[in-house]
Amino acid sequence: MSVVEGALSPEHALGDAASVPLSLRGPAPTRVVAGFGFWLFLLSDILIFAALFAAYAVLSGETAGGPTGAQLFETRHVFIETACLLASSVTCGFGSLAVQRTDRSSTYFWMAVTFVLGATFLRLEASEFTSMVASGAGPSHSAFLSAFFALVGTHGLHVTVGLAWLVVMLLQVATLGFQPMVTRRFFCFALFWHALDIVWVGVFTIVYLGAH
Amino acid sequence: MFGRLTWAAIPFDQPIVIVTSGVVGAMLAAILLLVTVKGWWPYLWREWLTSVDHKRIGVMYMVLGLVMLVRGFSDAIMMRSQQALAVAGAAGYLPPEHYDQIFSAHGTIMIFFVAMPFVLGLMNFAVPLQLGVRDVAFPVLNSVSFWLTASGVLLVNLSLFVGEFARTGWLAYPPLSELAYSPGVGVDYYLWSLQISGLGTLLSGINLTTTILKLRAPGMGYSRMPIFCWTALASNLLIVAAFPVLTATFAMLLLDRYCDFHFFTTELGGNPMMYVNLIWIWGHPEVYILILPAFGVFSEVVATFSGKPLFGYRSMVVATMAICVLSFLVWLHHFFTMGAGADVNGFFGIATMIIAVPTGVKIFNWLFTLYGGKIRFSVPIYWTLGFMVTFVIGGMTGVMMAIPPADFVLHNSLFLIAHFHNTAIGGVVFGAMAGYTYWFPKAFGFKLNERLGKAVFWCWFIGFYLAFMPLYALGLMGATRRMQHYSNPEWQPFMLVALAGAVFILLGILLTVVQLVVSIRTRNQNRDLTGDPWNGRTLEWSIPSPPPAWNFALLPQVERTDAFWMAKQRPAALHESGAPKTYTSLHLPRSNPTGVLLAFCGTVLGFALIWRIWWLAALGLFGAILVALVQAWRTDQEILVPAAEVEAFERTSASRRSFA
Amino acid sequence: MRHAAGALFQRVPPVGGIGPKRVSSQHDSMEKHRCRVVLLTATVLLSSCRQGVLDPRGPVGTAERLMLYDATAIMLAVGVPVILLTLAFAWWFRAGNPYARYRPDWEYSGRIEMIIWSIPALVILFLGGIAWVGSHQLDPPRALKSNSPPLEVQVVSLDWQWLFIYPGQHVASLNHLVIPTSVPVRFSLTSTSVMNSFFIPQLGSQIYTMAGMTTQLNLQADHQGTYRGISAQFSGEGFADMRFDVDAVSGTGFQAWLSGVRASSQVLDAATFTQLASPSRAKGTATYADVSGDLFEAIAAGHPPAASTPLARH
Repeated sequence: MSVVEGALSPEHALGDAASVPLSLRGPAPTRVVAGFGFWLFLLSDILIFAALFAAYAVLSGETAGGPTGAQLFETRHVFIETACLLASSVTCGFGSLAVQRTDRSSTYFWMAVTFVLGATFLRLEASEFTSMVASGAGPSHSAFLSAFFALVGTHGLHVTVGLAWLVVMLLQVATLGFQPMVTRRFFCFALFWHALDIVWVGVFTIVYLGAH
Repeated sequence: MFGRLTWAAIPFDQPIVIVTSGVVGAMLAAILLLVTVKGWWPYLWREWLTSVDHKRIGVMYMVLGLVMLVRGFSDAIMMRSQQALAVAGAAGYLPPEHYDQIFSAHGTIMIFFVAMPFVLGLMNFAVPLQLGVRDVAFPVLNSVSFWLTASGVLLVNLSLFVGEFARTGWLAYPPLSELAYSPGVGVDYYLWSLQISGLGTLLSGINLTTTILKLRAPGMGYSRMPIFCWTALASNLLIVAAFPVLTATFAMLLLDRYCDFHFFTTELGGNPMMYVNLIWIWGHPEVYILILPAFGVFSEVVATFSGKPLFGYRSMVVATMAICVLSFLVWLHHFFTMGAGADVNGFFGIATMIIAVPTGVKIFNWLFTLYGGKIRFSVPIYWTLGFMVTFVIGGMTGVMMAIPPADFVLHNSLFLIAHFHNTAIGGVVFGAMAGYTYWFPKAFGFKLNERLGKAVFWCWFIGFYLAFMPLYALGLMGATRRMQHYSNPEWQPFMLVALAGAVFILLGILLTVVQLVVSIRTRNQNRDLTGDPWNGRTLEWSIPSPPPAWNFALLPQVERTDAFWMAKQRPAALHESGAPKTYTSLHLPRSNPTGVLLAFCGTVLGFALIWRIWWLAALGLFGAILVALVQAWRTDQEILVPAAEVEAFERTSASRRSFA
Repeated sequence: MRHAAGALFQRVPPVGGIGPKRVSSQHDSMEKHRCRVVLLTATVLLSSCRQGVLDPRGPVGTAERLMLYDATAIMLAVGVPVILLTLAFAWWFRAGNPYARYRPDWEYSGRIEMIIWSIPALVILFLGGIAWVGSHQLDPPRALKSNSPPLEVQVVSLDWQWLFIYPGQHVASLNHLVIPTSVPVRFSLTSTSVMNSFFIPQLGSQIYTMAGMTTQLNLQADHQGTYRGISAQFSGEGFADMRFDVDAVSGTGFQAWLSGVRASSQVLDAATFTQLASPSRAKGTATYADVSGDLFEAIAAGHPPAASTPLARH
């Protein structure tokens, strides 16, 4: 029995899959590897948010005599934002299913809806930011506002990047078709988009509902 | 047009800097000229700069670390000579504004651009080989990671000649690092170079974690992984969990400095203590990111050169993972003196000490690996024994400072400096040197010169004790860190001894270079034709040295730890041709310029942001996006190595090996 | 378990080797010489430790030194044997030693595993206890046991000076701290700008000074003398000169100093403070016969009397 040169390729090992434990089956397929790597990336991204949330928690009371969250935030406005983003996650899900079916027109449709919802979210957020800055409550005003703009702004930046990525992915489908490489990336995009939703739920709960 | 960049940024009035710039510039020009004249560019570009082969990237990390070691060490010896001179009214030769940059640069460079490249280089090179696979999970991303680190290196070195570096210490505590107190570009150099290289490190961490968890030879379950892979896993998990915090913390400080935010300012509600907490939530795991792979190297070396398996594999794994988790629960011990209160200090003091338990277990495991061995005294085992002796001392002083009231008198003193150099040099540097010597023949096909290797070891070993034992004493005498001058003449003899130690270490570094040159020149006498120069135990020794681009033509089937050792115990199984081996064509990742180009754009972007040249920053960002888009549409990412070529290579190397 | 501790250094019949030879009197004289060198070094070391944390002059420093000694002793008890064993094992089990028994497959012993987990665990259990109790007993804000009421001193770190305000006496002193012996001193500390650490090595604990907040520290000097005080947290260009002398004097000496200070012409008002707070290297010592109201509280709250522009530092 040869240990070193025993010519068991991973494909062979996968053959009798049921009997061999997962950890002994040799290198995982590219799809799994890519997905796993992207999960790790998302984890690290969420840790960036964790640090920003922590900073916000520490500084949320430090208004330096300026306006507090309760005075600044318009809950109705934020509700619409939240609705847009959550809905976009659903449409993104439909889009992912379409990608799986390699259904081009359906992919375009659902992803376009996702884009519009995401862009609407960004538009609303931008108007909130500009009105705050215009009323003298910009990030330079107090530590609380610094932390607020940094946290919510970082999420907004992620959404912006997500939208750009979405456009790129649609162009990739148009030019390259549903190659494994493209569908893998679409899968990662969907994970990213859902993760932004989860972060937003945190923002909505802690920043907006928790405003005092 | 050029933001804050004017001719005044070039420090013409500082002869030391200008001369250094001149020398470095001339050396760079000479190297570039040589490469051009010899016509090496196409080779370099094709085989190295754009390479996505984990072995090449590992080697490049090591080269980067070695170059930056020279830079970081120049800072060290300047500090030591300044402190040897500047006593009782003497000013020394470095004014405070220069001295403050030097110690800040020394710490930053040694941690981020020497120690990190060393451990990342070793992990990149050895982990896929030990796992018995053909590459890391994301080869192109690997190249991007490396080049982003190189980009950070470039920016840090630019700060020497254009502008200034931070004068804040290597962690840039606010409020000192805020715009109000550090209005120059020094802190910006610090922040942007670390943001860029930190991103590279994070991506590298994701890559290697995925590699270890998802790509292992068939049969290599977790309990069969070489211990170096376990420590690499722990280290990379820590990178994934800790570096985002660093990125976020630096981002907040950048917002404070660039956009008038108030995270850490002293006015409008900012909280500098929050920075200190956040930076150490990254900083303490960082210590273990560096030391754990070194532990892994020592484990491999001690087992190989004792000719027996590592004692207590399971408790080694448990200890490694325990350290990995515990390292996140101890950050506050870096600032017991900030007034946190007795309960908090007590908790973190005890948590810190608990880490000493698994660490102590590791020492004992190595000890009992030696026991019953047949120890061959080659260079790697010198470093390992030197480490075991030295690290015990460093561990003891560490536990001492984990007692909060003891830390109240030792905090920030030269005792602390001695302690962390004791672990950083005695642990990380010794580990890097052991790993470098151990895997060098695998990478290049010949061994490093033994005699010079031992000389290097003794220089570092003696140099370390001479340089840092006096610092322990000085710390107890009440000497604090970062003093540009001091008044107490009784300290001077100790400072002189420490300087002598630094000279020994300098000799060690010079001899490392000499060793490399001599070994290359005499390589024909030191050839490793067997692929297994040390009588190794793990899979990397089962393939030729240097390995082919595909590492393993056929993936090995693993049945237990020390897979290659077990195979060698059954020579029949090893040599019999058995069933005829059928080779298949292999898909290998193609060389890819994305990493170099992204890092180039990143350097432009960073430089532009540091000097606030907004149009150039936009250009850099645009370039980076463009490179990424081109990469996204690249469909020819793989090359196919035909089965015949693989087979031909395997046959020649096999016959060469049986001949040896 | 066959290979447990009892079997250490098991001898195997020699294959051919020479035992070490004992060599004569030259050795002894060298030994003497070495003793002298060791003694000399020890003397230098000891004399150098004067003024350090191993030469404490008050209860806090003394307790902390005891802690250093305890911890060192406990850890040496484990550390020294480990270092010696490392060298001994490495030497004995060298490939060329014909006496050493090679055990190529020995990789586990439950008994040894238990011992190597429990030794560090027990050490840490013990030291952990010391750490916990010590953190509470020597917590910087904790008042020291004494029959005399504590002297209040407010400390302000400036760029780059130390300002000491005696609120009960309404006087202040720059870069020079005078305290009576055997009286606990209760320090309240803050900073006008960056962080510093207030540290008098011979009296014990240090603590950070930070803008916009107050930290607490209790120290006491039991012996008269002059002690060095420093900043132990890097604070910029003038950091190395942020030194001050601490004069621990008798009760009457302290009163005499106070009356001397009260006779001085300078007072610490907003104008003087603004001038002090402007960044500069050590300005030497000065005393102030009077201090305006709640100067310290204003600084600690982040509102020093006159706004000093930090940008002026450079």
